[in-house]
Amino acid sequence: MKPQDPTGKAGFSRRAFLKGSAAAATATAAALGDPAETQAATARANVLAAELQEITLNVNGTDHKVKVEPRSNLMDVLRNDLNLTGCKDVCDTTSCGACTVIIDGKATYACSRFAVECQGTKIRTVESLRNGDQIDPVIAGFSKHDAMQCGFCTPGFVVATRAFLDQNPGASLEDIQKGLGGNLCRCGTYHGITHCALELARKGGA
Amino acid sequence: MADLKVAWNKRQDNTLIGKEIPRLDGVEKASGAAKYSNDINTPGTLFVKLLTCPHGAAKLKLLDLAGAEKVSGVKAVHAFVEQGAEFQWEGALVAAVAATRPEYAEDGIRAIKAEFEELPHFVDDADLAAATAAGKAADRGENTKGDVAAALGAAKVVHKGYYGIHTITHMCLEPHGSHCEWKSDGSLDVHLSTQNVSGTAGQFAGPLGLDASKVNIICDYIGGGFGSKFAADEWGIAAATMAKKAGAPVRLMLDRATELKIAGNRPSGYAEVTIAADAEGKIIAWDSHHWGSNGIAGGTLPLNQMPYVFDFDNRNRKATGISTNTGPQRAWRAPNHPQLCAITDAAIDDLAWKLGMNSYDVFLKNLDKTGRPDVYAAEMEIGAKLIDWKAKWHPHGKGEAKNGMVSGLGMALHTWGGAAHAGTCKLKVHPDGSVEVLMGSQDIGTGTKTVIAITVAETFGLEVADVHVHIGKSIYPRSGPSGGSTTVGGVSGPNRRAALTALGTLFDKVAEKYSVDANKLTAKGKKIWEGDKVVCTWKQAAALLGVMPLEVEGEGPKDDGLTSAGVGGIQMADVSVDRETGRIRINKLVAVQDCGLIVDLLTAKSQVYGALIMGIAYSLTEEQIMDPKTGRFINANLQDYKLTKIGDIGELIAEMYQPDSEYERGVIGLGEPPVIATGAAISNAVCNALGVRVPVLPMTPKRVLDAIEGARA
Repeated sequence: MKPQDPTGKAGFSRRAFLKGSAAAATATAAALGDPAETQAATARANVLAAELQEITLNVNGTDHKVKVEPRSNLMDVLRNDLNLTGCKDVCDTTSCGACTVIIDGKATYACSRFAVECQGTKIRTVESLRNGDQIDPVIAGFSKHDAMQCGFCTPGFVVATRAFLDQNPGASLEDIQKGLGGNLCRCGTYHGITHCALELARKGGA
Repeated sequence: MADLKVAWNKRQDNTLIGKEIPRLDGVEKASGAAKYSNDINTPGTLFVKLLTCPHGAAKLKLLDLAGAEKVSGVKAVHAFVEQGAEFQWEGALVAAVAATRPEYAEDGIRAIKAEFEELPHFVDDADLAAATAAGKAADRGENTKGDVAAALGAAKVVHKGYYGIHTITHMCLEPHGSHCEWKSDGSLDVHLSTQNVSGTAGQFAGPLGLDASKVNIICDYIGGGFGSKFAADEWGIAAATMAKKAGAPVRLMLDRATELKIAGNRPSGYAEVTIAADAEGKIIAWDSHHWGSNGIAGGTLPLNQMPYVFDFDNRNRKATGISTNTGPQRAWRAPNHPQLCAITDAAIDDLAWKLGMNSYDVFLKNLDKTGRPDVYAAEMEIGAKLIDWKAKWHPHGKGEAKNGMVSGLGMALHTWGGAAHAGTCKLKVHPDGSVEVLMGSQDIGTGTKTVIAITVAETFGLEVADVHVHIGKSIYPRSGPSGGSTTVGGVSGPNRRAALTALGTLFDKVAEKYSVDANKLTAKGKKIWEGDKVVCTWKQAAALLGVMPLEVEGEGPKDDGLTSAGVGGIQMADVSVDRETGRIRINKLVAVQDCGLIVDLLTAKSQVYGALIMGIAYSLTEEQIMDPKTGRFINANLQDYKLTKIGDIGELIAEMYQPDSEYERGVIGLGEPPVIATGAAISNAVCNALGVRVPVLPMTPKRVLDAIEGARA
């Protein structure tokens, strides 16, 4: 059976080229992420065991001494050793953004960094955006716009939004759609997130 | 005695119900304070890694766990099967290692000796001829109504088409799993990522040789379920077993790849359809043969739901199931409906094209063959205005191309039940006026806590924050599992009933104390009123309880009109397609959805927006890709399994259809329906744009280009 194509015409060169390259789509997709980050995530599974070593991580303004292996990634250390579980463990492949933290002002997937290489940096997790009743406008905005359902991707999105607005305080809709494209949500909360980010951007990124 | 009739308020008297109210736990979730099962880190918690079958089908020739047990930091090793076992799909569980750090658990897995002998596998569920030749196809029934042959002979137009929709996964961002911890009294605490808090204790107790009363299921938050998380599962039992063996708590969550391979999927569906209409555009015949796979069991979409929503006078339908070496299906948001809709409504749209008629008119003319023609007609009219159907619609393929892009409109419609599940709540009013509710329910993202608080606060004349809601523990009164859009009705009914009973008790005490007529009292604005006179404050009324709290149980569902079932819903899509690259852009999606009485308009709309976005994903990008040579699920990760991103959604309109007639129906579930018609609506819009049917979802660029070139995608 053929699909219904009343024209029956074949395509021309550019289309044929694209179709021919479809087989390489998976490889291309893999290369779309930051290659260095992907490499770090892959490396972690292959690095052999070594003695635990004590390192100091500056997280949310406080120095924490933790014992880690050279292969321990930052996400696991934040979650399992420091109990900062707002940083979520989701994809195993550095592709979803649920573990986003801010390292020296830049939104970063925590699973893409070895803990040992984060010594000397300033790490901020989602927990830094709330102090009791004092909450960051991004958290308040996510709540107001119901920019969440199950909530599992939400802290990562909150951190990404915070970092993005810090750097792009007057962002446009298009900027937001590109700037927050590194985080994934399954429940489909992008509508609320977009409106939250737009409202904050219109107020100067507060 | 105060006589409070069990009913919802008159609509205009509500101060909370039907308004847009932010969820109670929004800040907890957004700030990372909310603890999911995957976040439980009680002291000494061990972490688990898994060894799984790497082949489409295999026999386990050797399994030697001794090496793993010697690895530093490893505290427990678990075999799911014995040597000699056979596996029927990739990802099937072989062994698990629990260790003090995740890295050590990985070391343990590497130290296991396992050898597999590959067995023949079959993973192609789309090719019916190949499946039949391989002996993998089985008859799943056929039945006929009317006289199809005669109707086809008398028809003005007969259309034959092929349609399909691939298997997708649930892709819960929190994978399946649990944190298990044995207590000194011999009981077991299980933080389980579950849609079924009240119904899972026994599933742990049986295999563990324990009384169900000794198992405490806890699920304060769940990171997505979509129909896949109702069971303890073999990996839950393994976590409890390893925790016992190690004498330490164990957290076992499936890794992403294993999650996608074994923890459920939405089965595929393909069909050959013949559909016919008279000169007026009335559909007079339907003849379909559909097939697909739900895994090794070899089932397919239910025979008796084809065609979807419409029931034509002359109709034949046949189903064939295909057995594949893929992980078994689990219920996926509106089980079977999106696939049935994608097939049925695409065929209707193609028929309209062949009739030379506007698709809208053909759907409209045939609404008498549906269960709710008036609702669909009203919703179509609203939807058409919102998407500007009259001005923007053009015959299929006849739109104007701009910069190589062509645009089109499509529509589709759906139905769902959404009856309330059974459940009981315990409501307490304390003498200080504070209020709490206990219920063994769960919040899968719907806003369960918020719905309960709104219901009780509305009844008592309080604010949402005044009601302290406890859910997520199996020690609370039994509540139904959250599946099938049953929860909002399942919790709001019992809580309304309990709150009315409690209010009646308070009114009696107030009447006695203040010498007023209990039957003339109302509660609003934190006060008790007799007509327009304040009798006392809520706190003063509660103080009349004495020293002990008032406890009331509420049950449901009951036949008192608080809840009911059965919804329609229509969706329309406006898309643009790049004829050169095959890329589809969503310009706008409109959902017009009825669901009876809406408790919280904000979270209700979120359900619809979310469903539309999931719909975009299964229409355009996401699919399980099985490699026929190895039998492996080759894109079982979040990089190559493509979800929708924030920039891909276009403009979304969630229009809740809520005339008074809907309010009067009481609460009906909403989670499933809005995810159903999205695929067909987008498919029809793409066909309208291109003048070519892209027959199989997801409509990846390759399938679009293949369709344009006239090859079967």
